[in-house]
Amino acid sequence: MNLILVAVLSLGAIGLISAVVLFVASKKFAVYEDPRIGRVAEVLPQANCGGCGYPGCSGFAEACVKAGSLDGKLCPVGGQAVMTRVAAILGLEAVATEPKVAVVRCNGSCEHRPRMTRYDGVPSCAIAHATYGGETGCTFGCLGCGDCVSACQFGAIRMNPETGLPEVDANACTACGACVKACPRHIIEIRPKGKNERRVYVSCVNKDKGAVTRKACEVGCIGCGKCVKVCPFEAITLTDNLAYIDPAKCKLCRKCEQECPQGAIIAVNFPPRKPKAEVPVEETKMEVESK
Amino acid sequence: MKTFRIGGVHPAENKLSAGKAIQTLGLPKQAVFPLSQHIGAPAIAVVKRGDMVKVGTKIAEAGGFVSAPIYSSVSGKVSKIDTVVDASGYRKPAIYIDVEGDEWEDSIDRTTDLVRECSLSPEEIVAKIKEAGVVGMGGACFPTHVKLCPPPGAKAECVIINGVECEPYLTADHRLMLEKTEEILVGVTLLMKAVKVTKAYIGIESNKPDAIKCMTEKAQAYPGIEVVPLKVKYPQGGEKQLIDAVIRRQVPAPPAIPINVGAVVQNVGTAFAVYEAVMKNKPLFERIVTVTGKSLKNPSNFLTRMGTPMSQLIEAAGGMPEDTGKLIGGGPMMGKALVSAEVPICKGSSGVLLMNDKEASRAEVQPCIRCAKCVSACPMGLEPFLLATLSAHREWERVEKEDVMSCIECGSCQFTCPSHRPMLDYIRQGKGTVGGIIRARNAKK
Amino acid sequence: MANKLIVSLSPHVHNNDSVQRNMYGVLIALIPALLVSLIYFGVGAAIVTLTSVVACVFFEWAITKFILKREKNTILDGSAIITGVLLAFNVPSNLPVWIIIIGALVAIGIGKMTFGGLGCNPFNPALVGRVFLLISFPVQMTSWPKIGQLTSYIDAETAATPLSLMKQAVHGDTSALEQLPSAFELFIGANGGSLGEVSALALLIGLVYMLWRRIITWHIPVSILATVFIFAGLMHLADPVMYASPVVHLFTGGLMLGAIFMATDYVTSPMTHKGMIIYGVCIGFLTVVIRNFGAYPEGMSFAILIMNAFTPLINNYCKPKRFGEGKKK
Repeated sequence: MNLILVAVLSLGAIGLISAVVLFVASKKFAVYEDPRIGRVAEVLPQANCGGCGYPGCSGFAEACVKAGSLDGKLCPVGGQAVMTRVAAILGLEAVATEPKVAVVRCNGSCEHRPRMTRYDGVPSCAIAHATYGGETGCTFGCLGCGDCVSACQFGAIRMNPETGLPEVDANACTACGACVKACPRHIIEIRPKGKNERRVYVSCVNKDKGAVTRKACEVGCIGCGKCVKVCPFEAITLTDNLAYIDPAKCKLCRKCEQECPQGAIIAVNFPPRKPKAEVPVEETKMEVESK
Repeated sequence: MKTFRIGGVHPAENKLSAGKAIQTLGLPKQAVFPLSQHIGAPAIAVVKRGDMVKVGTKIAEAGGFVSAPIYSSVSGKVSKIDTVVDASGYRKPAIYIDVEGDEWEDSIDRTTDLVRECSLSPEEIVAKIKEAGVVGMGGACFPTHVKLCPPPGAKAECVIINGVECEPYLTADHRLMLEKTEEILVGVTLLMKAVKVTKAYIGIESNKPDAIKCMTEKAQAYPGIEVVPLKVKYPQGGEKQLIDAVIRRQVPAPPAIPINVGAVVQNVGTAFAVYEAVMKNKPLFERIVTVTGKSLKNPSNFLTRMGTPMSQLIEAAGGMPEDTGKLIGGGPMMGKALVSAEVPICKGSSGVLLMNDKEASRAEVQPCIRCAKCVSACPMGLEPFLLATLSAHREWERVEKEDVMSCIECGSCQFTCPSHRPMLDYIRQGKGTVGGIIRARNAKK
Repeated sequence: MANKLIVSLSPHVHNNDSVQRNMYGVLIALIPALLVSLIYFGVGAAIVTLTSVVACVFFEWAITKFILKREKNTILDGSAIITGVLLAFNVPSNLPVWIIIIGALVAIGIGKMTFGGLGCNPFNPALVGRVFLLISFPVQMTSWPKIGQLTSYIDAETAATPLSLMKQAVHGDTSALEQLPSAFELFIGANGGSLGEVSALALLIGLVYMLWRRIITWHIPVSILATVFIFAGLMHLADPVMYASPVVHLFTGGLMLGAIFMATDYVTSPMTHKGMIIYGVCIGFLTVVIRNFGAYPEGMSFAILIMNAFTPLINNYCKPKRFGEGKKK
């Protein structure tokens, strides 16, 4: 009897003391957090990809709440739908944004770009890039080790074993930008998806002089400037022997694609041209791949 | 016998060309001079297309304090200033000169007489070395005059001359020590005078007994110069390892440099270049290059004009064997695999090594069995297996905490790994990334 | 030139060491002990060793192929064979085949492959198997046959081992220590025990071979043996009737086998020399503590497993001395 009493009393005392300590601690060390942060975080995809530019989804939620406006804030994974819900929670205006997609700007497949050496190091683009110029004569193009594939959290990039180049699945891509950061050669670019998912871009990042580029790759941009002249909208600029199409100005007329002597400009998701015009090989191929 | 105290490995020496006297290689048809042949800012071209140059004409000016001018090694006409594929396969700016005849600048003393007396002041010696474009000839290509100007607060106590040549296969320094002994010794006295010290050590590994004997005998006549025989162990030719081996002092972790422990380390090739620059008025435009390899017909040592394509050296040594799988600029432990044989010889090209396909391919990678052989082999007391794993997982903060910046990239870890793990590939990436992080941090401050 | 040049970062040469070379080196070092066990235990030793090796290799192959579904099988690297031999060396020579197979399954399945295979296991697989058997089948695992019954297997006559005599002495049997065989008999192995552990001489030959081939360094075995000798010696001086002499401690039970072949397992031992010595000293200390004060007569297996658990901690705190660090302090 006595034993039970002692046991109950001592346990009770311990429980009581612990309760007091916990109560005091919870009051003294309480940190106030805006409850809206939690609610915003709940509607985010919780992929923690960092594509928004903040450290994870909770970081993004905090930033949204603190900023008091959604200007320039976009969850690339959730897209417009999620941002509308975030706006509703915060009682703010949702800013309309264009959907975007990752674009691989290198078409130097095994066929177009002959291999000159064999790389025998760790299969990582970052390390291969630091080692040397790459297996081909082009020191700007894709190395083909697949750092972008492993960086993608959404399984949207895969390596095509035939071309040795990565391919983006436009439907799975969330434009989070992880692949852009992973690519040591800055080949991948986040571009607007475009009207009806139609896009025209220069699929090359080679800044060498034309003759050098031509020697290394059949489909490299040689900086001839023909596309710049033919473009009626001044959307194309030429710097360091490399053409670039500004997606904001491009009206998808495809004149440049026809003009390019190297076939370095690629147009995707367009219906086939009328029979009299020659159909570039890349166009049909890319269409099939992106579907 | 002395040696450094931590780690080290014993690669097979394979000094195939050790018995071959230095031969002079013929002139190339066209010489190519990359503007970035040294550590630091690239040189700036001072000639233009169509200019006529002589042997020893300055064609590019130093691009800053840590930089070096470049001199033409041939006479002829500048054909173009364009890009050339360098050792790493990237295109870098370079000056192309079409060779016509062999006409030298008049200021160069072309006799082989030994000149011992030098009345120049230390500052004048350093100025001459700087003007002649002398850089570290061991392979690092660090401009020599920078090393001879200690930063404020540091004081040189001795000069250590690196005659170790611990890289397998290479014999350029070995031959130089045998054939240009006195010139090297005069060069050492000049270096001692330049940094105002009275003591110099020449470290030579004991696998070169003839060079030790020859140097020791001749050094009697030069006060303050002592030849130190060293036990054979790789990487003894590393600056920090050599200082530890010779004067038993360890350079602390970066950013500390050898001068912080009072040592100025120079290669024997550099000492020879200093002699020629100061006493013979001859800028740096030629060097000894070892061409070697097990499948090569005639491994040799050539006195080569810079800008010569490596293919010409290989041709002179018996031609490229059919089964060549790898072409290495430098030795097998630290050399760089080249993308083509047309890469020109630069100031730091100590050798060309050919490997056949079988030697060159890496073996299959197996899991790490944590045998700790890399830890025992590391001459810097690091944990290569850990650095490699952390780098592969991109944990840069921890990589930095584990002292990745101390790594000298000697390759001992990977050489010794029973699982053939490509540790150094990862560690280099970690070192590069952490180096960038540190620079960014310092820039912020 | 027909070939495309290979490009990779330096170093471009290798010392041609390999995992296989190290593993088979260990196996060669185990041969003397195997021969001794065949001489003393005859057919029983052969059956136990063979069963254990075959079972270990089979389980590794089967798990890699059917459970992990890896394309590359690692059975040829020799590590499973070593586990098999070491497991066999740690059990009595009259152990039934089915128990050995269970031990092999636990050793390879739980001790090694669950963690991801070679290089990933925190505990020595052979010891995991051994300890599992010791706890599950204490009777079979602790009835050691007398030596010299070359043709009998499960039916072999059993006898007390030196270790159990030592335990009796600790529990107050004052005459127990007098029944111990002489130190020389213990040294060459003429006494009962698990099949591979009896002959200190044969195991020491293995040690010398491994040191000569540079498969292991001296740090772990020497620190274990030295610690046991000193610690057991102090206790022997304090009470010679209760505690056996340090020489007897060194030459009995699994101490030699453990110190030379199991504590030195690459995967589960510390990476730095300093760490190895701490690890060895702790194993030696724990072994003597368990032998003299614990419930089991032998403490080597437990001591090694306990220290295996501490290995990551030791690795974390015992960094090698960095170059240039000595000057600062």
